[in-house]
Amino acid sequence: MNALPLILTVFVACVVEAIEALTIVLAAGITREWKSTFQGMAVALVVLAAITAVVGPAIAYLPLTPLRLVIGALLAIFGLQWLRKAVLRATGYKALHDEASAYLREVTAAETAATESRRGVSDWYAFTLAFKGVLLEGLEVVFIVITFGANQKNIGAAVIGAAAAIVVITVTGIAVRAPLTKVPENWMKFAVGIMLTSFGTFWGAEGAGVAWPGNDAALLVLVPVVALVSAGYVFWLRSRKAAVGAPARQSEVVSS
Amino acid sequence: MNRIKAFGAFWYDFVIGDDWHVAALIVAGLGLTAILTHVAGVNAWWLLPLVAFAALGWSLLRATSPRK
Repeated sequence: MNALPLILTVFVACVVEAIEALTIVLAAGITREWKSTFQGMAVALVVLAAITAVVGPAIAYLPLTPLRLVIGALLAIFGLQWLRKAVLRATGYKALHDEASAYLREVTAAETAATESRRGVSDWYAFTLAFKGVLLEGLEVVFIVITFGANQKNIGAAVIGAAAAIVVITVTGIAVRAPLTKVPENWMKFAVGIMLTSFGTFWGAEGAGVAWPGNDAALLVLVPVVALVSAGYVFWLRSRKAAVGAPARQSEVVSS
Repeated sequence: MNRIKAFGAFWYDFVIGDDWHVAALIVAGLGLTAILTHVAGVNAWWLLPLVAFAALGWSLLRATSPRK
């Protein structure tokens, strides 16, 4: 298969995660101290690189069929989670993820926390905030890079997609010096959910033993079908909501 | 013990997410696909996409229906 869909999917998924990590890093750096924030970010990036370097090549040695079964299942479950959240947000049943309010929350918490020096780090709070933010958002990136890269036997292309996303968001973040609120995050998540679900379903079924009609070309049909069905669910929920007159439930927690 | 619980909760949330029914249906769909393919000799490529669409629809319905 052409490496371009792999690079693009990983790129878009990583852009979304990088934006969320950037919001946390900016809150820590601007409110507290840049040196400790960069230290926390750097340590998290080293941990993420180490996980990719160890798990990525190790996975490549596993037999392809069981690998596709397990990774396909995980990707399909992961993709359906993203799609579920994106559909609920697109239909107003769940609040849109708002980088501006997420930034404000982090800034408020950072302003009230005490300054403490530990293990050679001058501001431990800024360090841990940046470390946790980058590590947790980065884990999703690593998961996508490893699963897509291993299945396509092309970890390098997946790493290129992820690295490009991180560079683009970092450069934009340095230029703007504010949370990237104008990026249509929900629609990007929608697109990534469609790709993860499609690839996960494709590889999972292959791992379970099926032969797709047209082999890899089946993905060219599967991706639009998943997109159409998801759009259909958005239409259905919007019509249902309009018929009822108000959202049935707004209680779901806003998360990434 | 609390750290082990927190570690488990993190991975559960990371992999399974808000609705465990979706994960259970996907695993069941894969199992059924494997049985149909290897035991009954049916090339059931269509089954997993159908299960994924049904799981998403059911999960959305549950998330948006008023609680009784």
